[in-house]
Amino acid sequence: MRFLRRLPLRIGLTLLVAVELYPLVWLVLGSFKTQDEFFSKPTWALPEQLDFHNYTEAWAAGGLGRNVLNSVLVTVPALVLMIALGVAAAYALEVMVWRGRNAVLLAFLAGIMIPGQMILVPLFTVYFEIGLTNTLWPLIITYTVMGLPLTVFLMAAYLRAIPREVFESATVDGAGMLRSFFRIAVPMMRNAIVTIALVEFFSVWNDLLIALTFTTRDELATVQVGLLQFSDEYGSTQYGPLFAAISINVLGILVLYLFLNKQIMAGLAAGSVKG
Amino acid sequence: MHSVLGDKKAVLILLGPALLVYTLVKLVPVFWSLGLTFYTGNPLGGFEFVGLDNFSRFIADPQARSALWFTLKYAFVLSVGQIVLGYALALLYVFVLRRASNFVRTVVFFPTVLPTVAVALLFNSLFATGQQQGPVNAGLEAAGLSSVDWFSTGGGTFVVAIVMELWRSMGFFAVLLYAGLLDIPEETLEAARIEGATGWRLVRHVVLPLSLPILLSTVIFSVNNTLKVFDTLLALNNGGPGGETTPLTLYMYRTVFNYADYGYGSTIALVLTIMCLMVTLVVFRSARRDITGS
Repeated sequence: MRFLRRLPLRIGLTLLVAVELYPLVWLVLGSFKTQDEFFSKPTWALPEQLDFHNYTEAWAAGGLGRNVLNSVLVTVPALVLMIALGVAAAYALEVMVWRGRNAVLLAFLAGIMIPGQMILVPLFTVYFEIGLTNTLWPLIITYTVMGLPLTVFLMAAYLRAIPREVFESATVDGAGMLRSFFRIAVPMMRNAIVTIALVEFFSVWNDLLIALTFTTRDELATVQVGLLQFSDEYGSTQYGPLFAAISINVLGILVLYLFLNKQIMAGLAAGSVKG
Repeated sequence: MHSVLGDKKAVLILLGPALLVYTLVKLVPVFWSLGLTFYTGNPLGGFEFVGLDNFSRFIADPQARSALWFTLKYAFVLSVGQIVLGYALALLYVFVLRRASNFVRTVVFFPTVLPTVAVALLFNSLFATGQQQGPVNAGLEAAGLSSVDWFSTGGGTFVVAIVMELWRSMGFFAVLLYAGLLDIPEETLEAARIEGATGWRLVRHVVLPLSLPILLSTVIFSVNNTLKVFDTLLALNNGGPGGETTPLTLYMYRTVFNYADYGYGSTIALVLTIMCLMVTLVVFRSARRDITGS
């Protein structure tokens, strides 16, 4: 009886999970199909064999390895810079007492509201003028700064929750501000730092606008830009390699997601103020 | 103690670098971009001062109007979908699945972290027609209906874009609202149940009013983000057919980088910024009320 009563719910849940997973399963199955199978077999047929040649093709011809490397080379330095600068700034703005700190905090917060399009043209001009366009620096610099407002905002909110007495007693014990920043604030904020790092990792890794604007040559393409170009070249002709390329991106993120699932959910929910 | 907390040298060391790059790479470009709205041209061909011409050009430009209209339509429909589905899922997690919701939450949330271009290319294939038939059209044919060439019309592309974005983002909104629903005290719900409020009536008269603040900021967050849509529409159908699904962001991008009109591009960016600013102002207001209310 109880089983029957729960039946509609079970069916509904199964449907929900199927809707979320089916496109991904179909994608991965497609990445093993040959060109012939795409045209001659029904779209939901299973691939005839588990052949990885689409993957090697995508990796070699699509330059996917280069793209992944570029994305790493951009994302890691941008995250390190963003967090180092952001946490220090939040500490100076939230814990320390000086005239004008509210105005500076407000200037940072205003940055959350301004869309990337607003700074695209001047930055493009300047990066071109000073000859940075043929490097990954424009991406690193722009991502660092675009992530700063949210980092400062969330870190300041986190510091606000730490009792003032902690810093005051450190001061009484003779610690200077720099010392109590490195010895007290940073270790206490370890969880918050991991959270913001995850939120920003996904927004930098998944960005297309900045990467597309400042990537002038194919060798500099990040994963997102590479995929876009890949589909332009392969789109209507070679489905196998295209599906393999998309699968590599999806599976890579899936592995990361399964490891960090809890922290990601908490982090993205906390980072939702981002506009 | 105040002399230590206000140590000028420490402030400079800690805040200086962040403030410097932020000023150079964000604040200065914003004002520079504002200045550009009064000019037309580009660095290579030279700039010409045109006063407010860019703004009157924007109002008269049919492509700009179509992009503006599309952006508003997209933001409205998608936001309504995200909130309704997200809220329904959040209610499911909290009241039906309770502690067992972990698996479903994890699965439904996963697409949120996927690269948007990958998702757009995947959905382009899912809805494809012709030689490489996607499962959607194959399913329609199997059901005895005729397949639809989704990407040959603006309306079809719009439908796919909305379905895709709901698939991708509903898990995120569910988690966001779920976190809000968990804050409702169990005693309040228990009291309402004792008074006889169950099921739909409990939601309608107790849960909904109590989650209104978080719901409101989620609405505005959603609108604010959907207004900036760029990557998914570019990758899904390149803003087409014929520019019918080109939002302001993509139109701005093309104006600058395909037609090299930096001044007009900056004007379009400014219109977008003003729209986001208006929405965000309401976010902060409702967020403040949220804090003082609780």
